[in-house]
Amino acid sequence: MPNTLLISSDQLQTLIDGLRTQGYETMGPRLERGTIVYGPITSGSDLPAGFRDEQEGGHYRLVPSDPSGLEAESFFRYVVGPYSWKRLLFPPRQRLWRARRSDGGFALEPAETRPHPYAFIGVRACELAALAVQDRVFSQGDFADSGYRSQREQTFLIAVNCTRAGGTCFCASMHTGPRARGGFDLCLTELLDESGHRFLVEVGSEPGRKLMEQVSYRRARPDEIEQGRQAVEDAVGSMGRQMRSDAGDILRRNQEHPRWVDVANRCLSCANCTMVCPTCFCSTVEDVTSLDGAESERRRQWDSCFNLEFSYVHGGPVRREAAARYRQWITHKLTYWHEQFGTSGCTGCGRCITWCPVGIDITAEVAAIRDSERAVLEGEV
Amino acid sequence: MAPKRPKLAVWKFSSCDGCQLSLLDCEDELLAVADSVEIAYFLEASRAEIAGPYDISLVEGSITTPHEAERIRRVRAQSRLLITIGACATTGGIQALKNLRPLEELVGSVYAHPDYIKSLATSTPVLDHVRVDFELHGCPINKHQLLEVLNATLNGRKPNVPAYSQCVECKLAGTICVMVTEGKPCLGPVTQAGCGNVCPACDRGCFACFGPVEAPNTTALSVRLKTLGMDERSLQHYYRLFTNNAPAFREASKDHE
Ligand code: SF4
Ligand code: SF4
Ligand code: SF4
Ligand code: SF4
Repeated sequence: MPNTLLISSDQLQTLIDGLRTQGYETMGPRLERGTIVYGPITSGSDLPAGFRDEQEGGHYRLVPSDPSGLEAESFFRYVVGPYSWKRLLFPPRQRLWRARRSDGGFALEPAETRPHPYAFIGVRACELAALAVQDRVFSQGDFADSGYRSQREQTFLIAVNCTRAGGTCFCASMHTGPRARGGFDLCLTELLDESGHRFLVEVGSEPGRKLMEQVSYRRARPDEIEQGRQAVEDAVGSMGRQMRSDAGDILRRNQEHPRWVDVANRCLSCANCTMVCPTCFCSTVEDVTSLDGAESERRRQWDSCFNLEFSYVHGGPVRREAAARYRQWITHKLTYWHEQFGTSGCTGCGRCITWCPVGIDITAEVAAIRDSERAVLEGEV
Repeated sequence: MAPKRPKLAVWKFSSCDGCQLSLLDCEDELLAVADSVEIAYFLEASRAEIAGPYDISLVEGSITTPHEAERIRRVRAQSRLLITIGACATTGGIQALKNLRPLEELVGSVYAHPDYIKSLATSTPVLDHVRVDFELHGCPINKHQLLEVLNATLNGRKPNVPAYSQCVECKLAGTICVMVTEGKPCLGPVTQAGCGNVCPACDRGCFACFGPVEAPNTTALSVRLKTLGMDERSLQHYYRLFTNNAPAFREASKDHE
């Protein structure tokens, strides 16, 4: 089988059917209340066709493409929505185990496991990067989360290269996208022109190759491959934001800076940024008993360094000030993640900017601190 | 012999009864509650009255009359644990709007014979009058939270009642943000979670029924609400809803007078 194949858009249905026959639960982008979320899809017609998104700080609108244009047929011209694949592999609320009192002790009941493995359809390059970041946290090292790991190992990934970037995207400057560079089973690039609605398909794994055997394809011609490359290049050109490559160091040397108070005056400490971030992994556990005390269960749910209780140790929270909480968040993402996990904790997906109700912008905060340094150097202050 | 069940009393002050009803609304769980506690005083449910002292007192309502100010002390004196339930008991309730105007003016405009009315100038939370062991917020309270507080109290553990924002609740539930996608005003970022994400899940902004979050930044939210089209007067009213007398919201609405 050649490396890059070409399929017509109706073959997406064959891909979905093939995965479902193999026992996968197929999940992909769906239209929900004016945005794109990942949910079950069983047919190609479940995919939102002919939409693009408008994203800015604290602003998201999904708009229909011009009905007379080629984009009206497109399946993937919007970028990421509020909820990432994290939601499926690391659910926001999860029961870890249950215990029942028995004679002289108690019996443990582990959490039930999902019967079907997932197939994710439409995973963007920044999201592949985010999966790799969360894999380091949950499946590698000394403290692997067995539930996450077994789900993740079985997950089939169909990536999609972005051919258009969103207003808050900055994956290009984080070197995570917009082209997917591995970590997928199949990777699609949407081609839209007078010759029709087609997809380039790169095969990334043996299961991916097996699935393609069920699909009607042909070898992609060099001009088609070039057309795909150009389309992804267009996304690089339309990136709404960019992050400085020395962001981590800038923050490290500015632990004390007036900007922290400035951002704290604007920040609501609402935690939206961490909830929507595809790499944030913090959780808290709580124990719940039945009224008669005969049963108990341990639940895990997402937590955030913006919540006061998050840093509660004996006597009170350590990070009382919003400035300290914002600094914790941004320095974890951009500085300390490198030391902890060997990569950046930020993939440049832009979600924290779009879904911050007041539009606080991680790239702008770094830039502002950098600008103040430059002003000092140039003697303007 | 079964262990002695703790005695539970439910008290009403100035309120609409909605929070007490949450206890009756527990339906399936109500029998289990009745098995675990002795319902000693709960006029909404039964005329039977068993004399105090009580192990757990649930107090609904705010303190608005001299008689109530007196009575809450007696309730406290008879209760080992006193738990306030609902926005009235924890913040003064919607009736705390009366705190904004002179009493004579209000009484005069409502009652034909104002001289029969013995009211305090303010509606205040129970905590302003007596020691409170736990405050459960909400207008009305969420029955699952009430059960959790009772359950935790009976089992000697800390109740799992979150202090984080409504926004966290939206994200846990998978709700789409109405402020970001539709530009609708929402008090969620400054409001404590607990209702079960009722309004945002129905495509409406949050009305702050559960009172301010642990560290609310109303100033920053107001800046945003203005860009969404709210003027000073509507901002002033926006913070004066069900938990208007919670200090953070009282101050925020004053900022827009
Ligand atoms: S940024 Fe905050 S919530 Fe996210 S992983 Fe780091 S500490 Fe956790
Ligand atoms: S920090 Fe922001 S831009 Fe970076 S991965 Fe998280 S949500 Fe995306
Ligand atoms: S940066 Fe924005 S999303 Fe994050 S806590 Fe602050 S206000 Fe909320
Ligand atoms: S709808 Fe309101 S409460 Fe929910 S995330 Fe948006 S601002 Fe926060």
